[in-house]
Amino acid sequence: MSELKLKDLYDGFRDPATIRMLAAQIGEAAKALHEPLRIMEVCGGHTHTIMKYGLPQVLPDNIDFIHGPGCPVCIMPKERIDHAIALARMDDTILVTLGDMIRVPGSQSSLAVERAAGRDIRPLYTPMDALKIAKEHPDKKVIFFAIGFETTTPMTAALLHAAIAQKVTNLYFHINHVLVPPAIDAIMSDGQAKINAFIGPSHVSVITGAKIYAPLPQKYSTPVVVCGFEPVDVMQGILMAVRQQAEGRAELEIEYSRSVTMEGNVKAQQLIDMYLQPRSHFRWRGIGDIPDSALELKPEFAHLDAEKVFAEVLPTEPIDDHKLCICGTILKGLAKPMECKVFGTACTPNSPLGSCMVSSEGACNAYYRYAGVLG
Amino acid sequence: MKQVQLSHGGGGEETNKLIHDLFYRHFKNDILIKAEDAAVLQTEGKIAFTTDSFTVSPLFFEGGDIGKLAVAGTVNDLAMMGAKPLYLSSAFMIEEGFPFEELERIVESMAAELEKSGAKIVCGDTKVVPRGSVDKLFINTAGIGQIMREGISSQTIHEGDVIIASRDIGRHGATVLMAREGLEVSADLGSDCETLWPAVEALIGDNISISALRDATRGGLAAVLNEWAENSGVCLEIEESAIRVSDEVQGICEMFGFEATDLANEGTFVAAVAPMHAAFAVSTLQRFGFCSDAAVIGRVTQQYPGKVVLHSAFGSRRFLDLPKGELLPRIC
Repeated sequence: MSELKLKDLYDGFRDPATIRMLAAQIGEAAKALHEPLRIMEVCGGHTHTIMKYGLPQVLPDNIDFIHGPGCPVCIMPKERIDHAIALARMDDTILVTLGDMIRVPGSQSSLAVERAAGRDIRPLYTPMDALKIAKEHPDKKVIFFAIGFETTTPMTAALLHAAIAQKVTNLYFHINHVLVPPAIDAIMSDGQAKINAFIGPSHVSVITGAKIYAPLPQKYSTPVVVCGFEPVDVMQGILMAVRQQAEGRAELEIEYSRSVTMEGNVKAQQLIDMYLQPRSHFRWRGIGDIPDSALELKPEFAHLDAEKVFAEVLPTEPIDDHKLCICGTILKGLAKPMECKVFGTACTPNSPLGSCMVSSEGACNAYYRYAGVLG
Repeated sequence: MKQVQLSHGGGGEETNKLIHDLFYRHFKNDILIKAEDAAVLQTEGKIAFTTDSFTVSPLFFEGGDIGKLAVAGTVNDLAMMGAKPLYLSSAFMIEEGFPFEELERIVESMAAELEKSGAKIVCGDTKVVPRGSVDKLFINTAGIGQIMREGISSQTIHEGDVIIASRDIGRHGATVLMAREGLEVSADLGSDCETLWPAVEALIGDNISISALRDATRGGLAAVLNEWAENSGVCLEIEESAIRVSDEVQGICEMFGFEATDLANEGTFVAAVAPMHAAFAVSTLQRFGFCSDAAVIGRVTQQYPGKVVLHSAFGSRRFLDLPKGELLPRIC
């Protein structure tokens, strides 16, 4: 790889003068609001940015953030983590997965605990590394525990594509890819969450296009702004949402116009469609069963599907969260981390009870790391 | 290619040859070559004593190798207590089959690093273990240093003290990560691995009033600042914009979702000094190439005792927490 310069991609989007100017503009525009703007940031990446940069501190009081279900680690039900553990415990197996998944507790154990006990469990920096590992260990079963929203799905599809093309036969897939729009629908149709605007994650829409949010503004009378992850992006997105609300509009707008289009990455979408199809049901941690909210391998690839090939070792019972944990309520937008009785006491990033504290994308983790008493 | 055999650790002729032809040749000094069961040392006044074990993958990286780390790491632990590094021990745990040529490069690198502080390796140990028992090579070093300035401690940081970082942060962690992942981000990215004693000696020589010194190794700047806040019961208020981070390191943080403040350093330290000496301390440090970016990054207050508060340039603030667990890349 020749010289890679990332600086230009973020530098201007953290500029203090621009953030201050946007804060002033939001303050001005928010005076015209008839009711407080309760913005759900669907994605944990946005929660992270909001807390890391302390954005609520420079915003007016009538703007409130409600944290959404958009963290792939947070929404993973315990029984699926137990699947990963059961697979890792099989003989001659290497289980590979992404980042934080290693730490999340299942019903009895976690992948980190299993790894310390001698199971071969490896975090990946990129899914394509799974192919390399499978080639290096032809005598082992390499199982990719695939997680993530629409953002990481193309990488799984690309890995499938490469494994099939290169005739690698010892790489299996446990698919846990989930979809943003059905989760938003589930939360809004429930009727309890008091949300009157959304900011949607730009990286999802780089793949899917902004079109996936098209029905929302009309259905729920809420502005939707597809928004980048830098602080200037988030501030700009909030300004756009405030202006819509103040002017009585509810539209789909794109803040992150440098990469997001209405159509998205059609090639990536085609690659996903080639291998994956909607799953009839997926149980979201804390939220419950949401129809058509996740993906699974198409039947013709059943021989690569770890859920089918190794079905006999996989537990089937749903497992609920610890009764003191309110992750589900937080993921539905009905509570904030600090309202949880065990936040920061029985539940910390070092010994998390709930998944929102485990994942660096999780609302509880972001509050714990960045806010503390500064709230 | 000549490789280390189990017999090189057996205590017989091969071990003897390895010690004489490699270790003595590069670490030669009057105390070591006496080859007694223990080194007999002459010290004056109070001494500082420390030990550390070094494991790194890959063994060679841009800006250093495990040998340079093993010397600089232990020498720096002494320097951070205001102690002039004098004597080191060095124990090698070598995996059977390890190439001799690489071992010699590592030993040469250790000898070169020792020259920067004047410390000597005066005793050592060699173990060769069967393949798979260690990952190529582990080195343990212990060190003794003569205290040149008493009272430097993480427990005596005062309200009003100024916090100085000796250079930009996160280079070692980012470099090793890149080498491990086989990614080439930029030719300019190298570890900060360096012996810090000359800079500390200059601070002491210039009579800077130093409350605390700490090299920001594993856990990075965030860990040092939090330990200080906790140990001294004070609040460290840090200006985020004053922390130097190179474009290369920041780029890697962006790619993997890491914080530069959490990444390891091997030649970067933090100093808490009396406010009246802050500017003088910075200019003293800047005389050294590896500290040319030295800067004041914050101050000590009592606002949230035991906590580190990071102030953004646009008026918000947040706690800077300790890094948690192993560094794993964010998912998306």
